[in-house]
Amino acid sequence: MNFWLLLLVEVVVILVVMLVGALVTIYAELKISAHMQSRIGPYYAGGKWGWAQPAADGLKFMQKEDLVPAAADHTVFRLAPYIVIMSALAVWVVIPFGPDLVVRDLDLGVFFVLAVSSLSTLGVLMAGWASANKYSLLGGLRAAAQLIAYELPLLLAVVAVVVQAGTMSLNGIVAAQAQTWFTVGGIEISAPFLLKGQIIGFVIFMVAAVAELSRIPFDMPIAESELTMGYLTEYSGIRFTMFFLGEYASMVAISAIAATMYLGGYWVPGLPESTLNAVGPFVLLAKVAFLVFLLIWFRWTWPRLREDQLQDLAWRWLIPLGLLNIVLAGIFKVVL
Amino acid sequence: MAYDKGITFPFAGIWKGMWATLKALFRKPPTVFYPEVKEVPAPRARGVISLDTDACTVCMLCARECPDWCIYIEGHKEEVPPSKPGGRPRSRAKLDRFDIDFALCMYCGICVEVCPFDALFWSPEYEYSEYAISEMLHPKERLTEWLRTVPEPPALES
Repeated sequence: MNFWLLLLVEVVVILVVMLVGALVTIYAELKISAHMQSRIGPYYAGGKWGWAQPAADGLKFMQKEDLVPAAADHTVFRLAPYIVIMSALAVWVVIPFGPDLVVRDLDLGVFFVLAVSSLSTLGVLMAGWASANKYSLLGGLRAAAQLIAYELPLLLAVVAVVVQAGTMSLNGIVAAQAQTWFTVGGIEISAPFLLKGQIIGFVIFMVAAVAELSRIPFDMPIAESELTMGYLTEYSGIRFTMFFLGEYASMVAISAIAATMYLGGYWVPGLPESTLNAVGPFVLLAKVAFLVFLLIWFRWTWPRLREDQLQDLAWRWLIPLGLLNIVLAGIFKVVL
Repeated sequence: MAYDKGITFPFAGIWKGMWATLKALFRKPPTVFYPEVKEVPAPRARGVISLDTDACTVCMLCARECPDWCIYIEGHKEEVPPSKPGGRPRSRAKLDRFDIDFALCMYCGICVEVCPFDALFWSPEYEYSEYAISEMLHPKERLTEWLRTVPEPPALES
């Protein structure tokens, strides 16, 4: 097929996956949070169970005036939401939905994912800086501090996976999990990395991922009770929608990364290799849905940490644990 | 530490919280879909205050005890002809105005408690919201109408 045509198809598919994923996640968050608090949540929009609520909210936001504060740095203020949403979008380039269903199977896939997903914090910092608002600035700077603190444990957790898989390509990591681990009575047993000794790594990754997404319990950059709405304070209308969509899209994206690296991605034990291209996407989506539910569950259960507790957790616990995890993964790799 | 008493394994609070929200997730919410389905309030619920104008003696106790000053009473004295021939005419207080401003009322029930002649009663009715705040001032005609919704007093204790 023509290169450009294929590229267009891929971009459209990824865009649709991202938008639908974000909308479904928003709806899930509304409903699950409501039921966790003994409420019903959206009920009337769309006729049944309020399924159209996220779309209706989006339409409402689009009708609102797109305000830019007079003292704001206009260019940066306008640019920030695009950077946030682009970083959520670009992650999907390397996520494999099946052995052949991947936009680009980069050799440095993991590296690309980490580099691109930390761009969203740059967008947040830009938004905070450009808003000419003390709350926004504080929120933006807190986001930057959080990024520095939590990018490291995230990286260290991922390094252990890379050591164990022996490759940085996400497709290769899935293939490494699908490989036979050991044989018992002629039956070949294979397991995702979560069961192959990466439990600590998975916990570190999920904690760091929540911090990267700046969701409760790590939502200091937004912290409504302290900073109004943090870096989002001055945003309205379509730009606010983009931040909002970007937040939920990166939630889905980071869950997809975690599912690929720790839960076996599109692969599931017992499924023949030939069916993976057809069934794989659904397997991946099921795993992503589970992880997204976990993130929502965390958010509506735990209170927000204090800024110093956040730094304390990252530097004193997660980073040493992450280093230990790498050592263990290395020993594991050499001995077994 | 003192406040850690009873926690036996690390991060117990975290898992307890997660379990609580998970249980709530699968419980049926107690929501009542109000305009379609109506909640039945408790029989002695403090919905609205009703007035028995015949029992009222315009003593103003309720208006004076009201913490919000939301009761407005006006009255005048009337000459009542003697009940038996040869008696002297009596003067009697007549109620002209008895308004309760439910926009101000805080439903404490002090007026009902304080009324020495049992002229004020609680009614469990609650559907009297208005578009204009001035409409929340119920004149004595409206307060008398609520009297029909007042439940029978509980039986005397033997």
